[in-house]
Amino acid sequence: MEVLIFLLFILVLAIFLGFEIISKVPSLLHTPLMSGSNAISGITVVGSILAAGLGQGEDLAAMLGGAAVGFAMINVVGGYFVTDRMLHMFKKKSK
Amino acid sequence: MTLESLLNLVYILSAITFILGFKLMSNPESARRGNIVSGIGMIAAIVATLMFPEIVRYQFIVIGIIAGGAVGLLFAYRTPMTGMPQMVGLLNGFGGLASLLVAWAEFIAHPEQTIFGGGILWLATLIGAVTFSGSIIAWAKLEERFISGKPILYAGQKYVTLLVIAGIVGLGVLFALDAGASNAGGFLVIVTALALILGILVVIPIGGADMPVVICLLNSYSGMAACASGFIVQNNLLIVAGALVGASGIILTLIMCKAMNRSVANVFLGGFGSGAQASTMEVVGEIKPVKSDEAYLMLEAANSVLIVPGYGLAVSQAQHAVRELLEALEKNGTEVRFAIHPVAGRMPGHMNVLLAEANISYDAMVEMDAVNPTMETVDVCMIIGANDVVNPAALEDKASPLWGMPIIEAHRARTVIVMKRSMGKGFAGVENPLFFRNNTRMLFGDAKASLQALVNEFKTGH
Repeated sequence: MEVLIFLLFILVLAIFLGFEIISKVPSLLHTPLMSGSNAISGITVVGSILAAGLGQGEDLAAMLGGAAVGFAMINVVGGYFVTDRMLHMFKKKSK
Repeated sequence: MTLESLLNLVYILSAITFILGFKLMSNPESARRGNIVSGIGMIAAIVATLMFPEIVRYQFIVIGIIAGGAVGLLFAYRTPMTGMPQMVGLLNGFGGLASLLVAWAEFIAHPEQTIFGGGILWLATLIGAVTFSGSIIAWAKLEERFISGKPILYAGQKYVTLLVIAGIVGLGVLFALDAGASNAGGFLVIVTALALILGILVVIPIGGADMPVVICLLNSYSGMAACASGFIVQNNLLIVAGALVGASGIILTLIMCKAMNRSVANVFLGGFGSGAQASTMEVVGEIKPVKSDEAYLMLEAANSVLIVPGYGLAVSQAQHAVRELLEALEKNGTEVRFAIHPVAGRMPGHMNVLLAEANISYDAMVEMDAVNPTMETVDVCMIIGANDVVNPAALEDKASPLWGMPIIEAHRARTVIVMKRSMGKGFAGVENPLFFRNNTRMLFGDAKASLQALVNEFKTGH
């Protein structure tokens, strides 16, 4: 229970922080912002690795964890690389 | 210091890089660096997790990392810029699916849960499944594959949705009360199935033009799903990263809704643009079609040109033709700007990316609020594949479904050239009086072909 309260505390702070910094992103960059947040939501890969790699328990759990690693990795790799590809294109005119 | 606390320190560093990454995104000059910083944090988090002493089975992890990484790379480099909304939609769904699988893996490994543990498992299952199926439907609608982009409505829709929600909540309570019971697995299976159905039910009634809102909200859900799995494995980093993504999606959702003058509830309950809305306003005036040679003469004589791109530009892949016209105009000494409405295209910022792809400087792109006060000084306002976002009925006709939506006030420019495939209505299915104004000329045809014809006129110099 105490751990839960602590995690909730972190959640609330992070939400406020998120609102503060993300509202400063200009509309020009909203598409890369979305693909970039796709990449970050791939952080589930950490939870997936924990689910897939634990020694005890069932094979089925480890396999589901492995599948979760796969899907989260699509987000991580796809998200970061496509965001980079996009941001690379945003150029100011060199006069 | 134990290895465990060292690895947890790495998590703190990762969280910092994610926050810094978002902060650097506030400026196009530093945005790319921000993305790289955030990516390094992600690699550090993954490596640290692999080093935890509890991790002893690597085979499934390695398969997942290699397969997922390969598919991700394929997505990142094979998706055309016009297809970004679909790709983001699909990635939202995979994020949800990963959280759903984590919840199931945890349940199978540790069925004995406290009420809170069971409740969190239920929540992660619910958010993950809704995000997954909702995103797949959004993707299919955007691709116009399997299902049409139009809203799908049927009698008693709201009641069916409410019934499904009631089922999910009721079974959730039964599940959380005793997650270790022999029938708890059955409950979770049904919750998963109902949540998958719920994701489908909430997205099918939503029309193509409202997709930006849906994609934003699902983006937020994918973050919340990561948060929920963070509670399951009790990991701070997942909670922080998930909350950042959740907040980002919510902010974008609100911006989109504001730009359409609608509430989030209205978007999801509305089925907007599905029926014929009666408007009392008579459309006066007549359509004045022009050929490219006449349009060329107007552009050639203009000092200031404003281009308003819309989804039609993406459909006809006309962004490079726009750049050619831009170069021809600038060579002629004309000042050219691009006015981009927040909901133009199928996702926030979509037009900016397409123009950037065509090597158009972002200095030339102006936001709606900045451009409207200067509209009287615009000689020619050229509208390429946009419709509802320049519809003056939003300002003038109280009966119009678009009433109150902020628009780019193109009708106040000296001359308006509308590039359009045919006289079809916009996604909202509303007649656009702009096309009938005295200062409006219609240039019918495929946007790309029309633009190329104009560029040729400039080249031959008539």
